[in-house]
Amino acid sequence: MSERTGIDRRYTVKFLLEDRPAHLLALSGLGSSTWDLTHAGDNPLNFCFIGAMGQAAPFALGLAMSQPERRVVLFTGDGELLMGLGALATIANRAPENLALLVMDNESYIETGGQPTATAGPTDFEMIAKGAGITHACTIRQDDELPALREQMLNAPGPFLAVVKVAAQALPLVFPHSFDGVTAINRFADAIQRSY
Amino acid sequence: MSDPDSVDWHLDIFNVLREQDFSLMAHVPDAGHTPLIKMCEAANDMDVVTLTTEQDGIGLICGAWAGGRKGVLLMQSSGVGNCANALALPAICRIPFLTIVSMRGEWGEFIPWQVPMGQGTPGVLEAMNVRLFRADYKTEVGMTVDAAARLAHNTRQSAAVLLSQKMIGAKQFKEG
Repeated sequence: MSERTGIDRRYTVKFLLEDRPAHLLALSGLGSSTWDLTHAGDNPLNFCFIGAMGQAAPFALGLAMSQPERRVVLFTGDGELLMGLGALATIANRAPENLALLVMDNESYIETGGQPTATAGPTDFEMIAKGAGITHACTIRQDDELPALREQMLNAPGPFLAVVKVAAQALPLVFPHSFDGVTAINRFADAIQRSY
Repeated sequence: MSDPDSVDWHLDIFNVLREQDFSLMAHVPDAGHTPLIKMCEAANDMDVVTLTTEQDGIGLICGAWAGGRKGVLLMQSSGVGNCANALALPAICRIPFLTIVSMRGEWGEFIPWQVPMGQGTPGVLEAMNVRLFRADYKTEVGMTVDAAARLAHNTRQSAAVLLSQKMIGAKQFKEG
């Protein structure tokens, strides 16, 4: 099977979070996005999904609404977000200014053998986002667009959604701080409270 | 003892939510919840999020809790079936999660399509480790929501209040 070429997702997430602002809260959807976020560096202000597919975007909205002074950035995959597209309409209607969604779109369910997702076909996340009402949406196809993307991820008025067309590669898994949900959420919620 | 017919159980729920510092209400609209939805919409200190599917209310409320806010999900029993896998999130993270469910398909129901999920609602919730509370009479709604909300937040569990169709009243449909 030939692997689709594209941007390196591990490099992208690491680059986007380099010297991250102290107020930034980072989330990841289940699967590859969680390994990417952990690879970029463990941080108590990260919370990584390992299940509940489709719930990362609504979780990000709830967090953004409860922490309006902080930037909330969700890294998720095309497969994870496709399970809950309605959340984009909900996010657009609430319009949290502090929320950025980054979709690492490899056009495949890479962890289950690389079966194509809808975005391998005619489905386009940028257009879905815009149609849902997230007017500030874009697609990134080249490495040299990443510095501008980082600027938008950190500062653009939200809700902001960027689709990053990444390579379809099965990369080594990088496990987060804990697979135990209570340990993970307690560390995250405590870190938010302590970091004032 | 007050006259049961004079009890405004929607207001009782609203008062409990405020007393316990809930500031976020998410819902897929249901007629059984409409007066409460209107009260929440009219309140300055309550954010209302209209969802496209009930399951998104679980992620939303869990995310809000991580950031320090309390939320509640209002839905009809048919929506419970949409929530099963999402309930893994509060279950495995032990995030306090409260939902108030208006029951259909159980008492004098007119629409056959409401019956399977209405009858399946307690089983689906129990299977996902949600603690069940039920209100059959108007006079017990406020105290039941109060008890469920306290259990959820004091002991970090998922709790559901089932508002029985007997109490809400079965809607009868007429053609034309």
